[in-house]
Amino acid sequence: MTAKTPAAPAEPTTDLVQLLTPEGERREHPDYSTDLDDEAIRGLYRDLVLSRRVDTEATALQRQGELEIWASLLGQEAAQVGSGRALRKQDFVFPTYREHGVAWCRGVDPLRLLGLFRGVDQGGWDPRELNFGLYTIVIGAQTLHATGYAMGLQRDGSVGTGDPDRDSAVIAYFGDGASSQGDVNEAFIWASVFNAPVVFFCQNNQWAISEPIERQTRIPLYQRALGFGFPGVRVDGNDVLACHAVTTEALQRARDGGGPTFVEAYTYRMGAHTTSDDPTRYRLTDDLEHWKLKDPIARVRAYLTRGGAADEEFFATVDAEAEQVAEHLREGCLAMPDPDVLDIFGLVYGEQTEELATQREQFASYLASFEPSREHGHEGVPA
Amino acid sequence: MTQLTLAKALTNGMRRAMEDDPKVLVMGEDVGKLGGVFRVTDGLQKDFGEDRVIDTPLAESGIVGTAVGLALRGYRPVCEIQFDGFVYPAYDQIVSQVAKMRFRSLGKLPMPIVIRIPFGGGIGAVEHHSESPEAQFAHTAGLKVVACSNPADAYWMIQQSIASDDPVIFFEPKRRYWEKAEVDEQATPPPLHTARVLREGTDATVLAYGPMVKTSLEAAIAATEENKSLEVIDLRSLSPLDMGPVLESVRKTGRAVVVHEAVVSLGLGAELAARISEQAFYALEAPVLRVGSFDTPYPPSRIEEEYLPDLDRVLDAVDRALAF
Repeated sequence: MTAKTPAAPAEPTTDLVQLLTPEGERREHPDYSTDLDDEAIRGLYRDLVLSRRVDTEATALQRQGELEIWASLLGQEAAQVGSGRALRKQDFVFPTYREHGVAWCRGVDPLRLLGLFRGVDQGGWDPRELNFGLYTIVIGAQTLHATGYAMGLQRDGSVGTGDPDRDSAVIAYFGDGASSQGDVNEAFIWASVFNAPVVFFCQNNQWAISEPIERQTRIPLYQRALGFGFPGVRVDGNDVLACHAVTTEALQRARDGGGPTFVEAYTYRMGAHTTSDDPTRYRLTDDLEHWKLKDPIARVRAYLTRGGAADEEFFATVDAEAEQVAEHLREGCLAMPDPDVLDIFGLVYGEQTEELATQREQFASYLASFEPSREHGHEGVPA
Repeated sequence: MTQLTLAKALTNGMRRAMEDDPKVLVMGEDVGKLGGVFRVTDGLQKDFGEDRVIDTPLAESGIVGTAVGLALRGYRPVCEIQFDGFVYPAYDQIVSQVAKMRFRSLGKLPMPIVIRIPFGGGIGAVEHHSESPEAQFAHTAGLKVVACSNPADAYWMIQQSIASDDPVIFFEPKRRYWEKAEVDEQATPPPLHTARVLREGTDATVLAYGPMVKTSLEAAIAATEENKSLEVIDLRSLSPLDMGPVLESVRKTGRAVVVHEAVVSLGLGAELAARISEQAFYALEAPVLRVGSFDTPYPPSRIEEEYLPDLDRVLDAVDRALAF
């Protein structure tokens, strides 16, 4: 018997929170509104453009052989910037490997993101400095880390005190594919029964490499939250204002002690899964063209232009800044040094083992035997 | 000095660690009111509250995955896995997250997590309750792996593991939980990752850990009846291995037999045999022999006594080593 593939879930209309239409017109919603003024919206526009520029430059660097691979965020800028700008300093982010826009909002130097993809490190920033965790490649694993971290916040007395500088929340990013993972479902259960202050932010970009959303779910993802015992909301993931409004409320609910929220940002992966992928093998160009009309940046630009909230000079300034960021990335990437192979031995344990110290010593001697004149390794490397 | 069972020694050790450091948490299935299915966490929730002794949902990956997040927030979680055969759902979080986090973060994110696993057979249990998966963790860079064999070590090693900034997989010999011995709670314990010579001898060295230590000591006593003098070493730490006492002993006796419940192929015994032959080759009078389980799944419990290594199997290997 051949299983019949169910029809794709209909594109959402009524249950989708939208505050800015693809044409750049503001729209009212009964439950959500934004109090962002034009200056703040110009700021979001800048974030969107710069995030996309980081992405296009990194893609170019991959094509030129400077990166092994790159996972593009193209099309998901609004979901990432809208949610990223809803965070407070004390909140903590657990990203996947595609959250370049969120990283930008947290103040992570985009150059640091390249290390993983260039193959010189596996996370070159200090997660505790900017409250932005390491990129996580094992799908969904970080949702449990986020939930545990949120349980730590509860134990620290950093939830529901009413002090806006103390109350904290955690946000876990993941995708539609990850929603099938056991870890993600376990994280939902943990967060629910412990009422943990965590926002599960799912960017439903419709594709898990080649597998469409129908292979992951028969119901809209946000509706799953109900079964776990906490609210779920679906937001237009290409609408930065709606993403900001929905995430702001979910985070505040978490900080206040109201527990988890599932946010499904309904969006589309405009590019390939990664630079190694070929989407022409599994999806139609028509879909892509359809989603191009919903571009997250174009609608903000249309809004700002229509209302006279930004002029050509503003847009030119942002574009110029984007070019500077791209140049910083390019120059920094090319100058990024390879790590020293002898350094890896000192990073495994806090208390070094005799076994590893011996392995390092023997390998150093071996390497030195090829180049007797070369001092291999650095002084001060933990032995 | 007090007489304690191994289980109670673990409880007391955890209690002391929790008193010393408010960041220490205990989490797992049934660890609260019930005190764990082996009662190892008995009374802890009553004294430290539900925020520090957490009855978790029934999902092992969730236990370890949330422990990672708690560790990132500055806590020191002690996770209980109810039985050895139930650890596999957490294997991904242990191998891909717990073990690698410090390395991936260039040393910035330590993982001070202890994962306690009751292991081994001999209690007449149903399937999945008698396994010895220690080599699967000892083979993973980034983890430290220890196994206690007696109440005094249990008391100190659990505290040392909790104090470690590196993740420790802590194996507890479940069939020895109820055995009593003196525990001096004022003593100065040896460092965690050290092996100990428990019985001196001259004819052969028996290397064991966890539940097989007692078996090996009994074999050594029995061997005296045949005028054979066996030296017994409790390895205690499986990763890293403390080779110093092992090599010193083998250089004296010229023969080594490794004993564990785990399957022999590609197990700890294989690693020990390789290291001994690399580092004490000229001292050896015989190949290093291994006593352990066969390459089969753990059998139904009515035949486990035949399946498990016992005193006679240890002595048989010793005889073969001596006859070589």
